[in-house]
Amino acid sequence: MTTETIALPADWRDFLALTKPRVMTLVVFTGLCGMLAAPVAVNPVIGFTAILCIALGAGAAGALNQWYEADLDAKMRRTAARPLPAGRMDKQSALHFGVGLGAFSVLLMGLAVNVLAAGILAASILFYVLVYTVWLKPRTPQNIVIGGAAGAFPPLIGWAAATGGLAPLPLLLFALVFLWTPPHFWALALFVKTDYANAGIPMLPVVAGERATRVQIGLYTIPMAVVAVAPWPLGLTGAIYGAVVIAATGWFALLAARVATRTTRDGDTMRPEKQLFAFSIVYLFVLFGAVVADRWLA
Amino acid sequence: MTPEEEQRRLAVQRRNARVMAILLGAFVILMFAVSIAKIGMKHP
Repeated sequence: MTTETIALPADWRDFLALTKPRVMTLVVFTGLCGMLAAPVAVNPVIGFTAILCIALGAGAAGALNQWYEADLDAKMRRTAARPLPAGRMDKQSALHFGVGLGAFSVLLMGLAVNVLAAGILAASILFYVLVYTVWLKPRTPQNIVIGGAAGAFPPLIGWAAATGGLAPLPLLLFALVFLWTPPHFWALALFVKTDYANAGIPMLPVVAGERATRVQIGLYTIPMAVVAVAPWPLGLTGAIYGAVVIAATGWFALLAARVATRTTRDGDTMRPEKQLFAFSIVYLFVLFGAVVADRWLA
Repeated sequence: MTPEEEQRRLAVQRRNARVMAILLGAFVILMFAVSIAKIGMKHP
């Protein structure tokens, strides 16, 4: 798509779509939980500004991702209606918007909150755009493993915004999101395999096959479960988190084991994979909610 | 560009300008609130 083919300026709703608002929800939630789990009370205005910066930073990363992958998005049914592949926006506007929003979010975080939070926010945007989108995603089926770190930064940023430092709990929350990403994303990749194959993205099911992906989902669930439970025996959280994490991780492990051990036939509806993908989102919300509940209610 | 297209272009520009004005207004209010909060944190 070139600028010559676009007569109308992009609508503000297309700029909003460029920020991937649905992905932003989870990012904002984990960032907020990281902040609320910290052992200090944050000024509400500063706290609101920090969360706003995390949201804007995530939006900037999403916009730059869509700018870089416009051609790939056009080849996938799931993403073909996005503003760039659909021709509702020119690439230069998306690039300017992404860079401007990213710079603004980091500057605002640095000036209104603190330098550490701004530094981690800048690192997370650069990691997502340069390391994940540009470097890993088109080259290796392990893209989502290392790239998952980009989505794991928000609890660290939230904690850093509240305390001005870091501690074992937010680092474990970082590790949790990092290890949760492969089973979560590969469950999705199993039922949208054709889309990724059409776009030439080397996702694990496309490159290594379905069997290997299922085994990897099972294997990654083990360290994820260990890291998820760890804050409780380490004394970083209390009984509320302990009860929630045992129940939720047990259910996650069951769903993952079912996906890891099954074989599919032609015309399979991939229901267990869809269930694992859907529950993995709920799982992260529930665990982070439990960390906060533990801090405020216990 | 036909008159209809020109009209559509102006309508999009008007909508975008309105959203931009709201966002800038919100930013000014936020900056004011952050300044007050920072002063409050230095002189509790």
